[in-house]
Amino acid sequence: MEFDLSLLLNGIVSGLLLGGLYAAAASGLAVSFGMLDIVNIAHPALMVTGAFTVVALGTWLGLDPLVVAVLQAPLFYVFGIGIYNAYHHFFEKRGDEALQGLAFFFGVMFIIEVGLVMVFGPEQRFLDPSYAYTTWRIGDIDLPLRMLVPGLFAMASIGGLFLYLHRSFTGLAIAAVAQDAEALRLMAIDPVRIKRLAFGISIALASMAGGALVVVQPVEPSSGQVFIGRVFAICIMGGMASLPGCIMAALLFGVVENVTATFFGPSWSPAVAFGWLLLVLAFRPQGLFGKAA
Amino acid sequence: MNTHLRFWLGAAALGLALVAGLRLLGNDYGYFAGYFVLQYVVLAGAWNILGGYAGYVNFGAAGFMAAGAYSAIVVRQWLGWDLIPGIFAAAFVAGLLGLGTGYLTLRLKGVYFSIATLCLAVVLQTLVVNWDYVGGSRGAYIIHARDIPPFNSYSEMLFIVMLALAIITTGIGRAVEMSRLGRGLQAIRDNERAAEAVGVPTLRLKLVATTLCGALMGVAGAPLPYYSGYLNPEAAFSLAYAVNAIAMPLIGGAGTWAGPVIGAVLLASLQQAATVTISSALNLWIVGWMLVIFVAVAPRGILGWFRRRA
Repeated sequence: MEFDLSLLLNGIVSGLLLGGLYAAAASGLAVSFGMLDIVNIAHPALMVTGAFTVVALGTWLGLDPLVVAVLQAPLFYVFGIGIYNAYHHFFEKRGDEALQGLAFFFGVMFIIEVGLVMVFGPEQRFLDPSYAYTTWRIGDIDLPLRMLVPGLFAMASIGGLFLYLHRSFTGLAIAAVAQDAEALRLMAIDPVRIKRLAFGISIALASMAGGALVVVQPVEPSSGQVFIGRVFAICIMGGMASLPGCIMAALLFGVVENVTATFFGPSWSPAVAFGWLLLVLAFRPQGLFGKAA
Repeated sequence: MNTHLRFWLGAAALGLALVAGLRLLGNDYGYFAGYFVLQYVVLAGAWNILGGYAGYVNFGAAGFMAAGAYSAIVVRQWLGWDLIPGIFAAAFVAGLLGLGTGYLTLRLKGVYFSIATLCLAVVLQTLVVNWDYVGGSRGAYIIHARDIPPFNSYSEMLFIVMLALAIITTGIGRAVEMSRLGRGLQAIRDNERAAEAVGVPTLRLKLVATTLCGALMGVAGAPLPYYSGYLNPEAAFSLAYAVNAIAMPLIGGAGTWAGPVIGAVLLASLQQAATVTISSALNLWIVGWMLVIFVAVAPRGILGWFRRRA
């Protein structure tokens, strides 16, 4: 293929926009996997569940998907607390996180996926907002609102999370529980309560990412599978618990994947995700933006 | 040595009894259902070697199994090899895949290996979908002879091959459990640092286990295209294999050679019965729930339950 500068530029820009979506998907995982050390492989499946409820509620109420995503987030927060309670009671307390805990989340992922097929059917669902077919043009570069709006939405929600984690007392306690749960006990804060709260937040973020996902592309029950590799790769590359690192990694990831898709065809992009993950794990397990352990 | 001999003789006798019983039944469906159960005995036994003894969770059973199935297809198209050499090719390819994944991720915490295996399945599927030689997303057909002389029918032959594979896998699992390898893997599961400190070559043992686990999963998949006559990526990489490979050993009792057999026979028969009587989406859902409930309530599985009481 002939090298084309504007094609490359467009690939980079839409990769950055795609990266915004990935950042939304990975930020919740940065909280659960990065900070709480809970390997929630059901995270992408919960994101897809959020996407389906956005479609269902949005169609019913006639609202914009992103508005619905914000409105439904508290429900998912409560759902996440329920999952954490079960996880804590059966696995964390017994010290069975490694084998049984992983199997638990895998089972949850599977139940969600099959459950979605049973409730909504296996076909693709979509909900187009009014701006879905508008594209802004700056010079040679296209800025489709279908990508731009969810990307900005993702940045806003991650920004809110960042402020919460760094400014509020509970937010600081979440950061503290990531470092030393026992020390937290000495400050008369119950680490389990903090972890429960943080896990609830991570699931609420997953559902908001689901809203962003619906704007970008149609969803089907198995859409989560492709995201598992992506979100874990981004989370690890970003240095696990760091939100800025997560955003940087997501944007970089989006660009690499999108440029690959532009020049080699979109069906190859999942392979990029996996290749990156393996390379990062093999050579820089502390992440591109993380500090050595 | 005596107990080994007794195991092999007992397994062979049980196998012969199964074949004789199904011949008496004289129904082809018996072979199909039997094959379905036995492929899970192989898959669950393979998962158990790494997951049960060493405590490392392999989520990519579907990926390794499909690697085996497509290896069998490739050697058939390329070299004209039939089922049995196809099984060896599958073991080689899937074993290599296991070794590679293990080598890249096992020096880190165990969860990275799990995550990597989960993604491996997705990526292998991408590769196969893009690979026209094996049919791409359209799938590949395998046309086989109707009958093969010493056997009554082709499905009987497949059943007997799978039966032999199931016995061999269980025997390997049992041999691993009783060998230095198995004891080393158990030490890794209980405390990897302590194991390392007393001189257990942890990385080497884990790599042997991932290779063995991958190879046996590939073996479980190799006869699959012959069994169904047609294979597309969606069927080969079905998440049902991955969830069953984990659920069966955990429900039967992970870390014991008999656990995966019990779990596989129980769960696969249940699924076979449910597929025939209810819907197939619902029966997968039941497996998911059984996995979650069992790991929560009976983390040592059915065998562990009995052991505690005895």
